[in-house]
Amino acid sequence: MTKDKITNDSFKTQEYFVNMGPQHPATHGVLRLILTIDGEIIKNIEPDLGYIHRSIEKMCERDSYQQIVHLTDRMDYLSSHINNHAVCLTVEKSLELEVTDRVKVIRTIIDELTRIASHTLWWGVMGMDVGALTTYFLAFRDREMINDIFEETCGARLTMNYNIPGGLMNDIHPNFIKRVKEFLVHFRKKLPEYDSLLTNNVIFQKRTKGVGILSYKDAISYGVSGPVARGSGYSSDVRKIHSYAAYDKVNFDEVLFTEGDTLSRYKVRIAEMWESMKIIEQLIDNIPEGDISVPTKAVIKLPKGEFYQKVETARGELGVYINSTGTKNPYRMKFRSPGLSNLNALNQMVVGGKIGDLVATMASLDIVVPDIDR
Amino acid sequence: MIKTIHDWLFSVMPEWAASLTEMVLIAVFYLTLFAVIGLYLVLLERKVAAWFQMRKGPNRVGPWGLFQTMADALKLVTKELTGTTKADKFLYNLAPYFVIVTALVAMSVIPFTQSVQAFDINIGVFFLLAVSSIGVIGILLGGWSSNNKYSLIGAMRSGVQTISYELSVGLSLLTMVLLTGTLQLSEIIANQQEHGWLILQGHIPAIIAFMIFMIAGTAETNRAPFDLVEAESELGAGFHTEYSGMKFAYFFLAEFINMFIIASIAVTIFFGGWLSPFGITEGIIWLQPIWFTVKVVGIIFLMMWFRWTFPRLRIDQLLKLEWKYLLPLNLMNIVIMAIVIWLGWTI
Repeated sequence: MTKDKITNDSFKTQEYFVNMGPQHPATHGVLRLILTIDGEIIKNIEPDLGYIHRSIEKMCERDSYQQIVHLTDRMDYLSSHINNHAVCLTVEKSLELEVTDRVKVIRTIIDELTRIASHTLWWGVMGMDVGALTTYFLAFRDREMINDIFEETCGARLTMNYNIPGGLMNDIHPNFIKRVKEFLVHFRKKLPEYDSLLTNNVIFQKRTKGVGILSYKDAISYGVSGPVARGSGYSSDVRKIHSYAAYDKVNFDEVLFTEGDTLSRYKVRIAEMWESMKIIEQLIDNIPEGDISVPTKAVIKLPKGEFYQKVETARGELGVYINSTGTKNPYRMKFRSPGLSNLNALNQMVVGGKIGDLVATMASLDIVVPDIDR
Repeated sequence: MIKTIHDWLFSVMPEWAASLTEMVLIAVFYLTLFAVIGLYLVLLERKVAAWFQMRKGPNRVGPWGLFQTMADALKLVTKELTGTTKADKFLYNLAPYFVIVTALVAMSVIPFTQSVQAFDINIGVFFLLAVSSIGVIGILLGGWSSNNKYSLIGAMRSGVQTISYELSVGLSLLTMVLLTGTLQLSEIIANQQEHGWLILQGHIPAIIAFMIFMIAGTAETNRAPFDLVEAESELGAGFHTEYSGMKFAYFFLAEFINMFIIASIAVTIFFGGWLSPFGITEGIIWLQPIWFTVKVVGIIFLMMWFRWTFPRLRIDQLLKLEWKYLLPLNLMNIVIMAIVIWLGWTI
């Protein structure tokens, strides 16, 4: 009896708290995770939000609908065009405004370019988080081409503000089609490099396979969306289910992997880049002629009522809810951001794993903190 | 030349003073070498990283960026030393010296050429292993005394990692010692001068030993893919998070010197040290340091290649790799080597 007691006492361990963030390389911004750790094993994770809260939803109540579009750039800055698109779609839906086919196609092409840009950046950062630093530069090499295309067409590289309710701010640049085709040729050659450098690496496979598992059931109950949900086999692609813009005109597959681990979320994103290229290739030669915007009144007043529209950003399902009382400002505006619900599932995925697992899993969630904290 | 200086010193002053002067001269020589090697390895690392990442690397300070690391060192020397208030001051200040002194001591037994070797003792290999494993105490102390949880986690990882991989380094070198029958580094090279490089003499078991040595050596120096100690995406900067200025520079330089030492051991034991390949320039003394440098830079380039290509392992995978794969393989390899020698199958 005494022997057991001594052994237990002398090897008494204690859980301790570690603040991961607000400044930490793996949290990609100002996310603070309060970790409870036993040695290297994670016992609990408590995300603490609010470090980059800019009250965008409240500011929307003050602004006109044209102005709101610009605010949404600052939510998920990596898919800024898709955010703009979501707000414009909601406003157009409420006004029962039908945009021209040309606008639809251009919006779709730029959406998909944005998705590729976002996923390449994610890939670079994923590599960095698991310790392979070279991935970051390969990713930026390819992303730079997309940013140049954006710069030429709408003047901005990141926060683009290309959409306005009713259409686009200006027409595409004459070089646009040529440059996009160049990019597609380039990227088709370079994307296999991603696989040979990282995906097929034994250490990377060991680090991600079977790590951070989110089951199909949990994926649904946590309301995760986007590549995180599809990595768990939960079909949730808004582009397929509630098709918008020109997505009903193109052929593409919804990528589904059923393992639910970090590697399957990784593979979903890599495969999505191939699918995005497929979509762009189908559209780039068939941009119809037409107006680039449908004229709207200078002050847009939405009819009284509630309006909701969701789109598929690079991170998942972004919902825009407008509650209008018939004035030029919304009475209440709410964004359903994909990052927040994806982050909620983190505890479910990582508890019981090591610190290294946490970093790899978090990278596979592709968190953009300003999207979580609006 | 060294002999001339030695004779001249002993002729002009009493024996004790001459010995003392000699020691000081050697120490100054090694310190200079230490700084030069450290700084230029940092530059090489940055250039290699740039080549792997389609960048240009440092190219502003001096031609080809040659003075960049000098400027960096100057900056670090003149910087204020900040520390945490609740750190254990004595241990916190002691830790960098542990790391840097052990690296310097280990360098003393390395034969750069036939005559440039400060300390040619008959247990050279054993001495190298013993000294290089003391360095981990500095890392442990630094992490422990910093009063930072990330540092502590890093230090604990370092302890576990070094203790594990020490075995593989030791056993893989033991395999080669079996072949030469001596621990003295100068005699190991003399053996290779006579019979050819050990990696050729020992063929298959020697190549296995070399591969194990490279993996374990990379782990010993805490470099990627085994850089769990400072894993910046997990622990910030790991054990040296709280160090700044010159103290940080000590840790930083020591990492590169340790890499140099591992590469030097690999070159000395497996690739004939300062010997030329197949004795093509035997007898030309001034080519000896050049051959040594070329080989060492080759090995270092390999280690940098690892770092800029591979992702990092997780701590349990790191231990599994050592205890379940490398160690049994290593023990088996020693037996194979013994059989090869017994049957006289060496080349």
